[in-house]
Amino acid sequence: MIELSDVAYNYGGAELFSGLSLALAPGSFQFLTGPSGAGKTTLLKLCYGDLRATSGVVSLFGQNAAQMNRDEIALARRRIGVVHQDCQFLDHLPVAENIALPLQVAGRANEAEGNLDELLAWVGLSAQAGQLPPELSGGERQRAALARAVITSPDVIIADEPTGNVDWEMSQRLLTLLVELNRMGKTVLIASHDLNLIRAAKAQVSANVLRLKGGRLQAGVAL
Amino acid sequence: MDRISELTARALALLGGDPQADRAVPPTGFTARLTLFTAAAMAFLAVFAIALSLATGRLADRWSAELARTATLRISAPADQADAQVRAALTVLEQTPGVASARALSDDEERALLEPWFGPDLPLDALPIPQLIEIVETADGYDATGLRARLQAEVPGAVLDDHTRWRQPLVTAANRLRMLGWVALALIGGATAAMITLAAQSALAANAQVIRVLRLVGARDTYIARAFVRRFTLRAAAGAALGTLLGVMAVAILPDGGDAGGFLTGLGFTGLGWLAPLMIPPLAGVTAFFATRAAALRTLRTQS
Repeated sequence: MIELSDVAYNYGGAELFSGLSLALAPGSFQFLTGPSGAGKTTLLKLCYGDLRATSGVVSLFGQNAAQMNRDEIALARRRIGVVHQDCQFLDHLPVAENIALPLQVAGRANEAEGNLDELLAWVGLSAQAGQLPPELSGGERQRAALARAVITSPDVIIADEPTGNVDWEMSQRLLTLLVELNRMGKTVLIASHDLNLIRAAKAQVSANVLRLKGGRLQAGVAL
Repeated sequence: MDRISELTARALALLGGDPQADRAVPPTGFTARLTLFTAAAMAFLAVFAIALSLATGRLADRWSAELARTATLRISAPADQADAQVRAALTVLEQTPGVASARALSDDEERALLEPWFGPDLPLDALPIPQLIEIVETADGYDATGLRARLQAEVPGAVLDDHTRWRQPLVTAANRLRMLGWVALALIGGATAAMITLAAQSALAANAQVIRVLRLVGARDTYIARAFVRRFTLRAAAGAALGTLLGVMAVAILPDGGDAGGFLTGLGFTGLGWLAPLMIPPLAGVTAFFATRAAALRTLRTQS
């Protein structure tokens, strides 16, 4: 689905990582760990086409990202649900409209009618549907971001520190939602430095742990 | 035909819009007001540019048509010979091929001609005013050289003025004024496009975060651009409609000098010409559409 082959990325003239390879197989569940500044967010951005690799090949659903135009990248992103660390909402729109936004831009707004209420209930935000994003708590924002990421039923879900701003209980709820999605066949990649969360996940699902450190990516990391 | 139907459908779809897509971009008060004001001001000026072009066009046509078919014979002779020379001149003119009619102006008509300069109650009898004969040509016209030669021999005090000397510069001036009117209209269109482009770029820059979020959820450039394009098109058309209305009202209340009026009092619309300003709002909308679309797509390319 998404494959990085011998990828390097330079930031501000300095090499952030190089010779990096990664394959997100269909239905897999992977954690990406590593110290702050190691390039986890950059690696995720390469995976959903928000950045272009300095060298190497990033393949999005069989297409070389370097050769894709902006429209093709946009179409690929519709198959990838992304939960950003800072959530990234349109603050002037109510939560429900923010969650339905991916359907809206994909010209599938009519699908929102049936799915939206169900999805809001699934993430426990039915009561907050009409509120604006700035009015939500950190946990509510993360759940809203997760709902937005999955509303189009994407093939891949990429989450960047989805539990970074929430308490342990909320982390568990978010993790449960992601595990449920994985059991539904979705490919999941989560960047997190929360080892307790990773352990909790490994107890529920077969998860591979990757560690990005010193510009190198190590797979099958044991905790 | 299919192509026209498709374009019409797309234009209607654009104006009908997608309210949800439109909501993705928050209202931008400053650029909205700037676009409305610019479009209204430019439309107001465009009404006058059109009025100028149409009025000068009418003037040029009238001078060309009316004066090209007329000439004046001026007879300056001692008082005791004046009547005889007028009669002789009329006889010559009646015999000249290409002259449809010729008649001597009455004292009242000559007084009316001179009134703007000398005032009313001009004592023509006491002044050595030449007698004027108005000549109207046939469609084929007459041989001016031949007529001058014959008049020189038979009516020594007669001078034939076929208006060519002063008519041509006037017609040229009127035609140039008409062209300047259209140039002004083109400049107004260009200035409108430039202002709307700046406003659109400002709106795009102010909404960089919105654009980023839309991109992250899979929006294509055309989807993002559409929200801005529709907004600016409608604003420009609405502003232009207001400016056009005010411009037409201003033209309508310009003083009418009637037959005695000069060029300035003839500035306005006549007949179907009143419909010409109706083109301004849709043209402003089309200008805004292309200006905003180009600005949006260019900006989105650089933001990627």
